Amino acid sequence: MAKGVKPRVKVPKTAAAGETITIKTLISHKMESGRRKDKDGNFIPRSIINRFVVDFNGQNVIDVTLEPAISTNPYFQFDAVVPDAGEFKFTWYDDDGSVYETSKKIKIA
Amino acid sequence: MELKTLLTSMVIIGFSAGLVSAQADATLAVEGEVISTSASAPAFAENLDTVYSGWRFRKLETRSLQLDDFDNPAFVFVDKGIDLFEKVDGTEGKACASCHEDVEDFAGLRPKMPRVEDGTLVTMENLVNECRTERMGAEPWKYSGGQMTAVTALIGLQSRGMSVNVAFDGDAAPFFERGQELYYQRVGQLDMSCSNCHEDNYGVMIRADHLSQGQINGFPTYRLKNAKLNSAHARFKGCMKNIRATPYKEGGDEFKALELYLAARGNGLSVETPSVRN
Repeated sequence: MAKGVKPRVKVPKTAAAGETITIKTLISHKMESGRRKDKDGNFIPRSIINRFVVDFNGQNVIDVTLEPAISTNPYFQFDAVVPDAGEFKFTWYDDDGSVYETSKKIKIA
Repeated sequence: MELKTLLTSMVIIGFSAGLVSAQADATLAVEGEVISTSASAPAFAENLDTVYSGWRFRKLETRSLQLDDFDNPAFVFVDKGIDLFEKVDGTEGKACASCHEDVEDFAGLRPKMPRVEDGTLVTMENLVNECRTERMGAEPWKYSGGQMTAVTALIGLQSRGMSVNVAFDGDAAPFFERGQELYYQRVGQLDMSCSNCHEDNYGVMIRADHLSQGQINGFPTYRLKNAKLNSAHARFKGCMKNIRATPYKEGGDEFKALELYLAARGNGLSVETPSVRN
């Protein structure tokens, strides 16, 4: 598991039914591209987050493929429609097989 | 003759308009809380009327990153600072949190730093390392290293919005004078002093960027160019390299004196730690 990985998400606590809300996510990750060399001239192996998925009550919201050119600490901001109360589930997949998960509940006001 | 006068006044208008847009009157509201980004200059800074935070000189998109703590990339490092604050290290089996139970107790410290203690000038970094070596029995951190800036940013954050108010009289006077001397001392191959850029030419473009007044109220600051927190001393070093001078040592007497002088120049500005700059 890569060091110092910490997912952070910002989701409003409440929303009106059918409202479009903005979700912000950030995961701290070094996103080593695999193209850099160390002091001895050897390539530093690639180690990135390669996939990011968000589900709402089991239904997929977004599914992103990340490439090596994406910079450190990838940040995603997107809009989602909230039909009713439930839970957003955020999942990041690391090259080394680790999976980082977090979730946020949202209520209908 | 009339035409010439007209042209001259047009040039002056054009020039001053550039200055105005560079430090446009804008409100910095961090998480909804308004922070002042300008203040009347202290009396000793005789060439300035108003002091402006570096925030005022940045582009809108850089500025907006500082408005929301989630968007502010420095908070990734502040989070690391929280972990470090609670991590036990050294022979005494203590963490920062063992003595300083609540990090919020540090509110009010950042605006007074650096300060004089028993005849020596100490910075926030010195205080952290003093705790580490004397009370925790741990190895000191590198002056501008990742762990140090994470913890100094966390401590500084507790005072965000408070007015900078460092003492530069009494015990601190000799250090202040040394700092002032360094500020106006021309050095390096380009033979420039701090004041040449940050006092004489703030608001003017330097390559693709606006020169700021070089205020340090937002340090440690997250820089987009290196995607990490930067200490004030690391920034001084960068400036000195740009004018092709041999930088002084980070944590050395010269930079500490300069830090005190610069902090005093910014007396009245609000602490913005951790700020975002390019």
